[in-house]
Amino acid sequence: MTNNNISEDKNKHLGKIDLHAELVETGVEQVLIDLDKSLIGLEPVKTRIRETAALLLVEKAREKLGLAHETPTLHMSFSGNPGTGKTTVALRMAELLHKLGYVRKGHLVTVTRDDLVGQYIGHTAPKTKEVLKKAMGGVLFIDEAYYLYRPENERDYGQEAIEILLQVMENNRDDLVVILAGYKNRMNTFFESNPGFRSRIAHHIEFPDYSTPELLDIGSSMLDQLNYYLTKSAKDAFIEYINLRKEQPHFANARSIRNALDRARLRQANRLFKENNGPVSAEILSTLEEVDIRESRVFSGGIDN
Amino acid sequence: MKLRQGTFSFLPDLTDAEIHTQVQYCIDNGWAVSVEYTDDPHPRNTYWEMWGHPMFDNPDAAAVVFEVNECRKQFGDYYIRVIAFDSTHGWESIKLSFIVNRPKDEPGFHVSREEVKGRSMRYSIKSYATDKPEGKRY
Repeated sequence: MTNNNISEDKNKHLGKIDLHAELVETGVEQVLIDLDKSLIGLEPVKTRIRETAALLLVEKAREKLGLAHETPTLHMSFSGNPGTGKTTVALRMAELLHKLGYVRKGHLVTVTRDDLVGQYIGHTAPKTKEVLKKAMGGVLFIDEAYYLYRPENERDYGQEAIEILLQVMENNRDDLVVILAGYKNRMNTFFESNPGFRSRIAHHIEFPDYSTPELLDIGSSMLDQLNYYLTKSAKDAFIEYINLRKEQPHFANARSIRNALDRARLRQANRLFKENNGPVSAEILSTLEEVDIRESRVFSGGIDN
Repeated sequence: MKLRQGTFSFLPDLTDAEIHTQVQYCIDNGWAVSVEYTDDPHPRNTYWEMWGHPMFDNPDAAAVVFEVNECRKQFGDYYIRVIAFDSTHGWESIKLSFIVNRPKDEPGFHVSREEVKGRSMRYSIKSYATDKPEGKRY
């Protein structure tokens, strides 16, 4: 009774809540701006995150005004090809949820099947619980979640881990948020064979592949951070490289770009040694030439991993 | 007779939310928190049974409250306490310890007096519950 009276009193006092002020005050605005700036492309993902943030903010405002509200289900699934930024976005998500007051600590615990599933009978439950306890107050990120479920082996301990996960996801909703991640197709099969998961996850976010210009932007910003830059002709060669590499197997989007640039830096270092033109300037040390890119096996039909 | 051991024991029993707050204080101080249980509440019984390992790397108290509730499920009629160990050099001891669960019925302690050497008295106490074997006491 007393609680009700207090919230009614508050209601009269406050009356209105400025949503935008709230957005700035909680620091959510800053996280969203950072997200926009630091992540290239991923428009659908950014839109979904903005929508989710808006919903959560409105939910908090309703709570403050004493309206009926319930803690929304926050468990999510991120599906997309490798290197599309799932882990990075999960980190931001943890920060966002912390600023909105939905998780108390806002840390991210990243695990895969190995961290959850034990090797012998009775090993799985304590292992899974240990991980869940570590993630409480924050976000648990399960990478390649579909490996938890192995239909071909009926005695697989993965099922046990899934059961404990589901139980905690339901009973300790205020304590932790679970994000499942993995390739799109396999995630779909996983959800189909584990309907319990599907119904407990409210937000399904898909990560699209990057386009060539986006990949080039990503590459440039990576080089920027390392104080390198591509010459005009090197840039053209790199676009060509990206287009060729995309068609090859095991293309891992941003991760492949990072690896390609790492190798280009290696070749540049080698080239500088071979040329041996006396003392070098900072300018020369930070320039990646066309040859550094062209030497890649991808241009001769080989595969870069 | 309500057992008065550890911190907060003269207060009404703590709620889960209160336990959470206290444990969070311990974690924020960098102490390792663990859960212990016993059915032999003699004050000199220092070492209770451990419920799992001490929790070193959980940043949030929800994990401890979760374990307390797990322990209650199995040992609902035992004494359960939460202890926080400070490993700082020079301390290396328990900084905080409080009871979070107690049996429904606490019979209390018997004081026995023994006359020794002349008219000197020797006293000892013994829980009524410990007359029964372990596991059947409460």
